[in-house]
Amino acid sequence: MTLDTYARFGNAQLKLLEKLCNAIAISGDEGEVRKIVLEEVKPYADELRVDALGNVLATRLGRTKNRMRVMLDAHMDEVGFMIVAEDGEGIYRFETVGGVNTLHLSGKQVFVGRERTPAVIGAKPIHLMDRDEATKKVPLEALRIDLGPGGKTEVGERVGFATKFRRVGPSIMAKSIDDRIGVATLIELFRQAPLNVDLCAAFSVQEEIGLRGAKVAAQYFNPDLAIAIDSTPANDMPLYDGSENTTYNTKLGFGPAIYIADGSTLHDPRLVRFLQETADAEGIPYQFRQPGGGGTDSGAIQRSLAGIPTVSVSVPHRYTHSPVSLARLDDWKNTINLLYAALKRMTHELIAAR
Amino acid sequence: MPDILPFLKSLISVSGLSGDETPVANLIAEKWRSLVDEVSVSRVGSLHGLKKGSAKPPCPSVMIAAHMDGIGMRVSKIVDGFLHITNVGGIDPRVLPGAEVTVHATGSNKELPSIVVMPPARFLPESAAEGVIAIQHLLVDTGLRPREVEKQVRVGDLVSFANMPFELAGNVLSGHTVDNRASVAALTVCLEELQNKMHTWDVWAVATVQEEVSYLGAYSSAFALRPQIAIVVDGGFASGPGANGWQAFPMGKGVGLCIGPNMHPFLHKRLRELADRLEIPWYLDVTPADSGTDAFAIQITAEGIPTALVELPIRYMHTPVESVALKNVERAGHLLAEFVVSLEADFVDMIVWE
Repeated sequence: MTLDTYARFGNAQLKLLEKLCNAIAISGDEGEVRKIVLEEVKPYADELRVDALGNVLATRLGRTKNRMRVMLDAHMDEVGFMIVAEDGEGIYRFETVGGVNTLHLSGKQVFVGRERTPAVIGAKPIHLMDRDEATKKVPLEALRIDLGPGGKTEVGERVGFATKFRRVGPSIMAKSIDDRIGVATLIELFRQAPLNVDLCAAFSVQEEIGLRGAKVAAQYFNPDLAIAIDSTPANDMPLYDGSENTTYNTKLGFGPAIYIADGSTLHDPRLVRFLQETADAEGIPYQFRQPGGGGTDSGAIQRSLAGIPTVSVSVPHRYTHSPVSLARLDDWKNTINLLYAALKRMTHELIAAR
Repeated sequence: MPDILPFLKSLISVSGLSGDETPVANLIAEKWRSLVDEVSVSRVGSLHGLKKGSAKPPCPSVMIAAHMDGIGMRVSKIVDGFLHITNVGGIDPRVLPGAEVTVHATGSNKELPSIVVMPPARFLPESAAEGVIAIQHLLVDTGLRPREVEKQVRVGDLVSFANMPFELAGNVLSGHTVDNRASVAALTVCLEELQNKMHTWDVWAVATVQEEVSYLGAYSSAFALRPQIAIVVDGGFASGPGANGWQAFPMGKGVGLCIGPNMHPFLHKRLRELADRLEIPWYLDVTPADSGTDAFAIQITAEGIPTALVELPIRYMHTPVESVALKNVERAGHLLAEFVVSLEADFVDMIVWE
């Protein structure tokens, strides 16, 4: 095994992920993450632009002859909220941006606007409810964001969970691991890009509200193939009656999740096989994401232009779109390693014929 | 006015669930040691601080009680590395999914940063998937691998809220266990003010245990100390999102002075006259039967003790984002101190029924 079989991975990578997870970038307002990405990729980019939607599109050219154009995509945005109306006295109404389950919202701390004004989403005291009311879901229209008496913000401001990144044993706990862990992965791959490919890195916007940034990114890059790097739910929890969990999607600790089919894409079988063979050859653990619903930017990329061979690879995480998600560092490291090894092995034959 | 914010922040940054108040009791004892003549601990863990009065022995005494325990959870079962939980005190399961907590692992003597999580509805019995997910179906994830969890965590271990204090607009502090650490802070303000004032009566400052489950600390300390009169300080309902009925009062209205069967009308009258004289804003709170506070217990201790109840309006009671206006903490502390100062040597003889 040569020294550069694997990508570098250590404290610097972890620090970057922490910075990315603590940043707030609700779909349509990705500025905080965009700023970090631009800083990180600028020294390595041969071409760098921020497009009309706010995507960061960075190209790093290889050195060998007959290189492939490979697009790697990771979305910068996260789910969150937008202030929609003022009730007075520091109390505001809000709507969700992206798929947030309102069951996660009562009793949570949030940051409002670019100034990160601290605020809370409260709940009616349990003492003031009868049994019937206490067992009912609280609808979004009954929830408020409370900045405190006299607190001020503007309608249209974005709001994100105030969760702080933590490392706990083999795991990390943070908000928006979906998809900052993909963004961190892509930054690392861009920095350490092998010379046999032209790497087209799309740090995309608005994935959570319909894969919108990736679509124009693919149209700009016009790559030979694309990989969407995302983070997919691991529903590997026990069932209430102790029976076998057959719908886990992915499991933590089992390595990067390679997609075969999801709600929006049948992933290119050549690329699925290629990733599998690469992982087997390099001894990198991996798992297949259970075929089913959901989706990533691959759904938009595959259908762009005249069609782009596309696959998805995800770092599994638990508790998606909630105030705190959880992922295993080993899964992340193995995802970087798998993608790095795959990039190094890529040749035009890979997609020459089906 | 003393700046009580740092102390209150420290009080809501530690655990101290009902029955396991030591972490917060230590903080309070450290603070009170320089403010009272004697600090001691009751047979069941309540903290007693005696500030001696100037009257000749036998000096009459007033007990001012604020409970220091908080609500939380306890491990009931361990399955595949996930913890099942049950409640300690009146927990509202609606605020739990996504809550940051600490598991106090007795197997390893470690505090494990963890999350309360909600399994997907399809993992639950059909009846449980509707509405709010009951506490017995929620899980706690420590981020550790199952074998490590089995080694460190035991059934019965406590799980406390772990979110950090949030300073909101309008000098409002928000966090877990503001009920009733805000009252402990008010009692501390009272002791600080008494440093420079003459008072005839002995003052027993008492931080009681287990108010949230049984009033154990109130019953036992009142019995042990046999004060001539008692004042309980506890949280009341502040109006705000979800709380606009007759039980709730605006934070800006000051402190609540309660009437009802648990309270002696004469003490109440003395308090409201004093508040008016000192121009401390107050509102009348009525508790038609059980006040749901330590006053309920103290009143019927020994041969019966005339008891009053002072309340701090708290928003989002029994959630991790309970919020209190610091101004009210200071007002309550000031009122208590002035009440103590106002006690004449023969005040007990003045207490009459109309």
